[in-house]
Amino acid sequence: MTAMGFYTDTTVCIGCKACQVACKEWNQLPATNGGKATLTGNSYDNTVRLSGENWRHVRFIEQFDSQHNGRWLMMSDVCKHCSQAGCLEVCPTGAIVRTEFETVVIQQDVCNGCRDCIAACPFGVIDINPASNTAQKCTLCYDRISNGLAPACAQACPTASIKFGSIDSLRQMANARVQQLQAQGEKRAYLYGADESMLGGLNSFYLLVDKPEVYGLPSNPQLPSRNLVGGSLFTALAGIGVGLAALFSFRNRGAHKEAQEVADA
Amino acid sequence: MPDTLFTQPPHWEWLIVLYFFFGGIAAGAYALAVIVDFVGSGADRAVARVGYFVAFPLILVSGLLLTLDLGAPDRFWHMLVASNSGGLMFKWWSPMSVGSWALLIFGLFSGISFVGALAEVGVLSFLRPFSGLVRRGPLGVLFGAVGAVFGLFIAGYTGVLLSVTNQPVWADSQLLGALFLASAASTALAVLLIVIEQRHAGHGLLARLEQADNWVMGIELVVLAAFLATLGGLTGRLVLSAWGALLILGVGVLGNIAPLVIHLRGRDAAIQTASYAAVLALLGGFLLRFAIIMGGQAL
Repeated sequence: MTAMGFYTDTTVCIGCKACQVACKEWNQLPATNGGKATLTGNSYDNTVRLSGENWRHVRFIEQFDSQHNGRWLMMSDVCKHCSQAGCLEVCPTGAIVRTEFETVVIQQDVCNGCRDCIAACPFGVIDINPASNTAQKCTLCYDRISNGLAPACAQACPTASIKFGSIDSLRQMANARVQQLQAQGEKRAYLYGADESMLGGLNSFYLLVDKPEVYGLPSNPQLPSRNLVGGSLFTALAGIGVGLAALFSFRNRGAHKEAQEVADA
Repeated sequence: MPDTLFTQPPHWEWLIVLYFFFGGIAAGAYALAVIVDFVGSGADRAVARVGYFVAFPLILVSGLLLTLDLGAPDRFWHMLVASNSGGLMFKWWSPMSVGSWALLIFGLFSGISFVGALAEVGVLSFLRPFSGLVRRGPLGVLFGAVGAVFGLFIAGYTGVLLSVTNQPVWADSQLLGALFLASAASTALAVLLIVIEQRHAGHGLLARLEQADNWVMGIELVVLAAFLATLGGLTGRLVLSAWGALLILGVGVLGNIAPLVIHLRGRDAAIQTASYAAVLALLGGFLLRFAIIMGGQAL
């Protein structure tokens, strides 16, 4: 099967949150906080972050240095379905799998809620859904795309900021769009995660017009396993050190002294 | 800006802090007991027995804590068996997967040694011949060596598990495994010291436990300093936070330097002070787990 994914052009996002609503409706995600309104008080965005109950989140970046001068950046954030996925790497139950669409899905009947994947995701995408007590995130609407439909969010997006399709066609489309924006004078436009240099390529990549950090994205996301060999070697070294310390302190030499003490007494 | 700051915390809290603490003591006590059995004198077997008595109950508690921490505790076995195919669930590159198996195997080893130690002191005395089998002779050496390796693994893998994530502090260092392993050994020695001193055992034995503890705490201090110094962009942020203060003052000074000083001065002192040092070392071991686990998720 061909790799499928999202290309999100943040320059045409208007922050309507239709994608969030469509995602919640289709995937039957519960309301946060029992449906009670919670306001952040410092932004027009009150969802704040991706979570087990919000698999899509429209990030509002309010860049205002004065009352008259500034801009809004809006970005519909979602699981990146990384080609090299940290969550899939660490999952100890095998609940997280790669599908035939090259997407990453958490099997809800297998997950036991250990939360290792939450710690492993470099983007902070995954969290526990309190309704199930298991880890949840975007499935790229596995059920819909298996039946030839577009994911609910892409279907609902009124400005086509979220585009769904094969990764090859999306990359072509995105590169053309960057060239168009550059030609129009938006020199800051670039693609985030579209090529293999970032975790083997993100199957949900973005067109951005500011540094990744401004959008709450790491500039160089990495796999958790980068620390596996080094961490294990240092641990083994410490183990040898501790073992030797115990060996030399406990060995028979002391027994003679002790026997001596007993004899003296 | 460190890339680890764009993540979400996994909500590993008190149950995991307690598991890291108790699991470290259990694993360290077992490994030390085996080493004592290997190289110590006949009189030292009392120390080894204390290690076996401590290890198994604490590892049982550890398993319980870990299971309770799961979102779906009834699915704890999914760590070992692939629930939808019935096949073996093992990923050597996932510390949590390897750790689950190691806990199971270490539980078996420490359980057998626990029963053996009971038989030696007269409880379940019908098992006495069997106890000798796993503690003496070639089979005993093999059994002890394998069990001790699993013990040392349990003592250190928890730190590697934290490093094999993308969380701030945890994933910014490769020294957490080494740090936890040294701390596991020092807290286990502390428990042994307290028990031995309560029993008024020979001073020579106590002195050798203290000597081992001094080396281990020395290692822990060096690793702690190296850990704090090599966190890249997060060193300043951590050191200047309350978590950093806890690590430097609580773990470094109170949990390691103070017991070291007490040990070294206590050699000439008339009164026994080993238990005071041991209590401080236990406190330091607990604060280390607390500050690293909670601090990494709070930054």
